[in-house]
Amino acid sequence: MSSVQEPVVAGVAPPGAPPPVGVAENAPPPVGTKPPRQPRRRRNQEWTTPGGVVVRPPRTTWRQALKRDWRLYSFLVLPLLFLLVFRYLPILGNVVAFRRFRPGSSIFGDEWVGLYYVRMFINDQQFWHAFTNTVVLGLLTLVIVFPLPIILALMLNELRSRRFKRSVQTISYLPHFMSVVIVAGIVFQLTSVNGTINQIITSLGGDAVTFMQEPSWFRTIYLSSEVWQTVGWGTILYLAALTTIDDQLYEASRIDGANRWQQTWHITLPGIRPTMVVLLILNIGTFMAVGFEKILLLQNPLIYSTADVISTYLYRVGIVSNSVSYATAIGLFEALIGVTLVLSANAISRKTVGASLW
Amino acid sequence: MVTTDLSTQPAPTQPPAPTSGKPRVVKDSRAYRSFRFVNAFVLIVVCGLVLYPFVNIVAQAFSSEGAINSGSVNLVPRGFNLTTFQVVLGDDMFWRNYRNTVVYTVVATAIAMALTTTYAYALSRRGLKGRKFFIGAAVATMFFNGGLIPNYVLISELGLRNTIWAIVLPNAISVFNLLVMKSFFENFPSELEEAAAIDGMTTYGVFFRVVLPLSKAVVATMLLFYAVSFWNAWFGAFLYMDDPRLYPVTMYLRNLLAGVTSGTSIQGGSTDNLTQIAANVQSVTMLLTVLPIICLYPFIQRYFVSGVMLGAVKQ
Repeated sequence: MSSVQEPVVAGVAPPGAPPPVGVAENAPPPVGTKPPRQPRRRRNQEWTTPGGVVVRPPRTTWRQALKRDWRLYSFLVLPLLFLLVFRYLPILGNVVAFRRFRPGSSIFGDEWVGLYYVRMFINDQQFWHAFTNTVVLGLLTLVIVFPLPIILALMLNELRSRRFKRSVQTISYLPHFMSVVIVAGIVFQLTSVNGTINQIITSLGGDAVTFMQEPSWFRTIYLSSEVWQTVGWGTILYLAALTTIDDQLYEASRIDGANRWQQTWHITLPGIRPTMVVLLILNIGTFMAVGFEKILLLQNPLIYSTADVISTYLYRVGIVSNSVSYATAIGLFEALIGVTLVLSANAISRKTVGASLW
Repeated sequence: MVTTDLSTQPAPTQPPAPTSGKPRVVKDSRAYRSFRFVNAFVLIVVCGLVLYPFVNIVAQAFSSEGAINSGSVNLVPRGFNLTTFQVVLGDDMFWRNYRNTVVYTVVATAIAMALTTTYAYALSRRGLKGRKFFIGAAVATMFFNGGLIPNYVLISELGLRNTIWAIVLPNAISVFNLLVMKSFFENFPSELEEAAAIDGMTTYGVFFRVVLPLSKAVVATMLLFYAVSFWNAWFGAFLYMDDPRLYPVTMYLRNLLAGVTSGTSIQGGSTDNLTQIAANVQSVTMLLTVLPIICLYPFIQRYFVSGVMLGAVKQ
């Protein structure tokens, strides 16, 4: 297998000998009539050394590759079939956004209806309501949930006791492993009328609040649960990045009289900036899909005014009310915004800070 | 490509790294010393806040309904009793759903591991013709996906509704896990594979008898990644299962939370009396659902961390 990586010396080619198999179309001209070779040769083009040795670059035809590596290709069959059926077919299935879909018709729908469904959601008040909620929740997540792991990682980095540090890490990673259903259960339990939060409120002399029925509380509750679940796990990559910062930088800065705060600001933060940027771009990519499963579990009709987001709205439209095409159109719109956001965030960061996903 | 030592903790040494024992040249300023004190204090508070909900679940699970309803349960059980445990454990549906979760997790993890390891191994062979295309085909699905409704229509049209396949097939390859495995196999010492090939082993022999046995660490990590995600999954069953007997235990819990089983409205938290009574049952069910993960957590946590680090190296 590894022999493919190096150029294969095909042997001395006597004039007039049949060219090596598989490179017939690029067969070298007879030695005598050879034009002077250009110094730059294209990749994957065979060439002849001054000694007349034909060097075949690692180019193989599909037939050869299959013949040699068929066992390796057999490993690819099932995974590719999986990707085709469960990943690429649904992408194509998005055409039903522009076609009428009836129960029982094929996954690509029956007949073209153009932008009918797009026009429909553009004029849908409820959609724009969900859209606004999505943007608000997404922005709040970026502003509040995204920076907290950085702060926690910096705080952990200041600890000198390794055992203490490891304990904090172990404890704070735990919520990451909980099912979203468990998280929703915990939220219901803590915010219920007799739950812990109301116990605190009433012991301070306040009145119990029915948190899950008040639209004004939903965003706070959602963000808190999000912080609880992700803040610890989010530190892993930052802690890894912190270990790569050169100690000499800190020593030099101390000699120059920098205090801890200045060291953090001028050495530590720039040191983890590439990690921050990459994670920020990835976060922006999931901006529109804000915690769909969790919101679906937490929301109820009383708090739709703040808790209904695009993904839950299209779930209700498409699966509960069965308007497949309409919901697909909304989903496609959401996905396009997501892709646009990732691509532009990536382009901006490449231009400004020089870090990007690809 | 940087190789990371899997066994190392992410815990870095301190940037200033004063060797302990020796007198320090520069003494910490008073401000920094008080900062360190506050820092440690805040971190302890953070740990308390993270752990509190779990403690609360345990306390509620063992409390009497009266104590829960009077709002006096927080850290320790009040009116200790085990009746709710008897009720939940005596529910046939609970056991049936719990068994479903185990079956779904095992089958889904097996399928996912088979597809991911073979695909990752093939992708890690640099000489493979079409390698770039096959990598791109997987990575592209990270950024573009069909979306909820087309997936739903597809599963329905394939006739997978109300079968185990609707749950175990659609998430069989996680691209993140795939890339982690691929970069691991790329760093696998090629001498071993070459030696095995010279000894007359085919690709199959090399993969199953040389590469896999020597990749136990990464295989274990991926296994845990998949198993935990399938154990925690509920949404596939929510979408594609109509028969409660096919639900995983997460759906059992979800229906408790949503009040479906106690006959109230479809959403949770609406009538506080019923949900409060249900809170006891909910706590017990939550406790039983997370129990396997909590028990395994101290042992598996390290693997997860190393898996994330391995994936990060890719970037």
